[in-house]
Amino acid sequence: MIEFRGVTKRFPDGTVAVDALDLTVADGCVTVFVGPSGCGKTTSLRMINRMIEPTGGTILIDGADIMAGDAARMRRGIGYVMQQAGLLPHRSILDNIATVPMLLGWSKARARARAAELMEIVGLAPETARRYPNQLSGGQQQRVGVARALAADPPILLMDEPFSAVDPVVRESLQDELLRLQAELGKTIVFVTHDIDEAVKLGDKVAVFRQGGHLAQYDEPGHLLARPADDFVDGFVGRDRGYRGLGFRSHRLPLGELTTTSLGSPAVGNGAWTLVVDDASRPQGWCARRDGADGTAVTAEHLVPGGTLYDVTSGSLRSALDAALSSPSGQGVAVAGAGRVVGSVSADDVLAALASARAEEAAA
Amino acid sequence: MNWGWIPRNLGLVAELTVEHSWLALLPLLLGLLISVPLAWLATRTPLARSVLVTATGLLYTVPSLALIVMLPLLLGLQILDPLNLVVALTIYTVALLVRSIADALDAVPSVVVAAATAMGYTPLRRFVAVEMPLAIPVTVAGLRVAAVSNMSLVTVGAIVGLGGLGLLFTDGFQRDIPAEIITGIVVVLVLALIVDALLLVVGRLITPWARTGQAAGRQR
Ligand SMILES: Nc1ncnc2c1ncn2[C@@H]1O[C@H](COP(=O)(O)OP(=O)(O)OP(=O)(O)O)[C@@H](O)[C@H]1O
Ligand SMILES: [Mg+2]
Repeated sequence: MIEFRGVTKRFPDGTVAVDALDLTVADGCVTVFVGPSGCGKTTSLRMINRMIEPTGGTILIDGADIMAGDAARMRRGIGYVMQQAGLLPHRSILDNIATVPMLLGWSKARARARAAELMEIVGLAPETARRYPNQLSGGQQQRVGVARALAADPPILLMDEPFSAVDPVVRESLQDELLRLQAELGKTIVFVTHDIDEAVKLGDKVAVFRQGGHLAQYDEPGHLLARPADDFVDGFVGRDRGYRGLGFRSHRLPLGELTTTSLGSPAVGNGAWTLVVDDASRPQGWCARRDGADGTAVTAEHLVPGGTLYDVTSGSLRSALDAALSSPSGQGVAVAGAGRVVGSVSADDVLAALASARAEEAAA
Repeated sequence: MNWGWIPRNLGLVAELTVEHSWLALLPLLLGLLISVPLAWLATRTPLARSVLVTATGLLYTVPSLALIVMLPLLLGLQILDPLNLVVALTIYTVALLVRSIADALDAVPSVVVAAATAMGYTPLRRFVAVEMPLAIPVTVAGLRVAAVSNMSLVTVGAIVGLGGLGLLFTDGFQRDIPAEIITGIVVVLVLALIVDALLLVVGRLITPWARTGQAAGRQR
């Protein structure tokens, strides 16, 4: 547990970056600090590992004041990932990852073995081990940064905009992988971002900062989207927060029937659209009625790409609604297990489910 | 011209070459050892930096002959003690190196320093293991300049009778043997080129990371 108690940072030039911050970060969760540029997120984060020392208040980790003891030694027990990966340019990837274990006095062989293990965990190809950082792409460097922070298995991980310098596609896959890793490792993660989408995606709890290091709201992401504390948070969370908030609601949806066919067979059913699936019953695309109505076989040319898929195991209303809205037929494709089609969802069903969820909440 | 002088004096030339080499290279090593901590000091505060860089820069403007004549008085040494020359050249090496090493240390990206700090390097260990290695390429460039400069400055010592290949100049001039003077010039030149090339090669060998990255293109 990390506790900020009335923590203030006033820089020598008089700037008050953080003002009397009170906040508790729970163990084993991802806590996200989010807010506009210059609001004191990095300063707050760096005070945890004493890269910046508070000018007022105290920070406790598991009840112990961080200012007691040696700073460098303490930092070896806290993983740190930064925006530009900050790898050591003169060390190979393997040795970069082995840095903290080596500082902790592990033997070179053991540190490198551990580094190799980490490379696998974060999805780095073994042949990159001997390369230097400037021979890697930005996304790969970020993976190295994460692997390096995890190398000595610290209970706490501090991450300062670790994915903001990579392109959106890579960013999304890095986020997914962080969630996957976290599900396994259960670290106490403090994650800084100025991207509210990233914050609600990754955070178990989100702290919204406003200028001057003031905490505007500290809440679970679903609550943040549903009930912003004030106009500042409302403005920061964004206009389509209602839609995004659906991502935090799950509800059983009635699944509709969906007639399917496969490539090489005629389109069947009497709707305007037929879903085409492969042997494992995974969706391939849609076929319009006019293309298969005369009984000729459906070919790849007839296929219209499908929309997003609704995974019934997640039950997220947002993904159900998006599946319905993005499907050319208006029927969202519901999948389960290994992507197997199990039925359809419509936008009306989602809205009805939302209404009944609200009614249940109101009754409770 | 009296080219016959050369084969008759090969032994002397070899002896002076060896002497010349250590008179030039020992100060290079000492200068490096002194410059690194001074450069570190210079990167601590802007004041320390301007004082050190200005002071060492001024040293370089002291005429070499004056320094070599003055040092025995200052150090209380015999005028013919080669230590005078070693001290003088060490001073010139420091004058050249402090600034370039300080610049190289400043050029170490602040994210790298921050990352090293965050991982738990102590300041001293970080300097030795991260900042100094990254300053090697610029340091080597400074060393090459200092090495060539030392090679030629050693010859000034001959005027006050100190060793090195400069003795071929004074002796050749007094006894009017042009071949002796030319031999001196050529050997000094070749020595300088060899040391320069050696430093270049060693510098490359110990900084393998500096030659990578082009293949991967500029990726950020
Ligand atoms: N070393 C410093 N000296 C003086 N002021 C500073 C220093 N570092 C940060 N600040 C100021 O403190 C405030 C908070 O900075 P901080 O870096 O914590 O913001 P941030 O929330 O991380 O912003 P960003 O999203 O742009 O990274 C800013 O006004 C900044 O200018
Ligand atoms: Mg920041």
